[in-house]
Amino acid sequence: MSMDRRKFLKVAGLSTLVGLGSSGAFELLKPGRVDAEMEHGHHHGEHHEKAEETGPKTRLAMLIDIKALTREKAEKIVHTCHHLHNVPNWGDPKNEIKWIWEDEFEHAFPDSYNEYDEILEHSPFLLMCNHCDEPPCARVCPVEATFRRPDGIVAQDYHRCIGCRFCMAACPYGSRSFNWLDPRVMLKKEMAKGRKLNKRFPTRMRGVVEKCNFCVERLAEGKKPGCVEACPDVMHFGNLADENSNVRKILRERVSLRRKLELGTKPSVFYLI
Amino acid sequence: MYDSGKVIIGLLIFAGIFLFPFIYDHGSPAPKPKPSLDTPAIKALPEKKCVEDTQFMITTHMQFLNDWRDQALRDGNRWYVNKEGKKIWISLQNTCMKCHSNKKDFCDKCHNYAAVQPYCWDCHYDPNGSKL
Repeated sequence: MSMDRRKFLKVAGLSTLVGLGSSGAFELLKPGRVDAEMEHGHHHGEHHEKAEETGPKTRLAMLIDIKALTREKAEKIVHTCHHLHNVPNWGDPKNEIKWIWEDEFEHAFPDSYNEYDEILEHSPFLLMCNHCDEPPCARVCPVEATFRRPDGIVAQDYHRCIGCRFCMAACPYGSRSFNWLDPRVMLKKEMAKGRKLNKRFPTRMRGVVEKCNFCVERLAEGKKPGCVEACPDVMHFGNLADENSNVRKILRERVSLRRKLELGTKPSVFYLI
Repeated sequence: MYDSGKVIIGLLIFAGIFLFPFIYDHGSPAPKPKPSLDTPAIKALPEKKCVEDTQFMITTHMQFLNDWRDQALRDGNRWYVNKEGKKIWISLQNTCMKCHSNKKDFCDKCHNYAAVQPYCWDCHYDPNGSKL
């Protein structure tokens, strides 16, 4: 045997590369797969270009006016949303379920924070699902329980959710909460203390992930999202794809921020500052 | 066989205890469930009719509700057009339960009889009751 280790590794590496690179290997293992994937990718690209040419008809977005937002209003908005969607209040961060919540500028925009900006530093911020154009949560969901609707809403199908929490790991905004415990247990306790259920909306069960749904159930009925109805001077909801919509008009006049733009998720929640 | 007397008596006692439930219940089947339609909303209807005809609803409501679910949630289509062309709002809690406001005497009657536990009720609930 006159082959030293170095030579052996070279040959082994090279043959692995050749083996993996050739479509022959794939053809052997999964016939037709390579061609199908390539074709699929090709079509996908074409499709994307086409969509960009004409553009989507609807892209729903939320504008949050930080100048008009006070702590009382933030509290009212959070309360309204969590009442409408029967979100239990566990009162401990481990089991916490949140659709919309209050935080500070420093945490909402860790990259834009500077310690001399005292106005923003002391303003309350409302955080929620950003209903991204390129939602990473939907990409990683193994069962397509979360998906992007054509109107831009990133929906969550609790019937399908298997509770793997990949989406929670993928979401850069922390917008998703997992039901570690049966939410009805806490809801029942709260009801005993006088909490009212929204009987038009279901609860969730243990083991599913939930988040803001842009009030898709209210939009279907022609109503506005709950947060907009609670504080119409703070929350503005509309269609970004329509040049004459209320949100486009406001965005033309005001300075706005979006969270973690550098990640390329294209969020649909704008902060007016 | 040693102790054959004791063994045989023991076997007979065992067989008697084991077969007792079968013998006891023989010839008296559990009564067929009769889901109740006795609710104020159904009584007020001019014609006692569900979204589709009764036989279809009895045999197919499971698949039908699955289709409703997928239409409303995944396709965003909240209107169902029935065979007569009537438009109906797709919602278990807000449409079905509005008429069938007696979950205990309607849904649960057959589900208990057939020993099925549909997971609808893990999240959805009877909006007419005060309990979750």
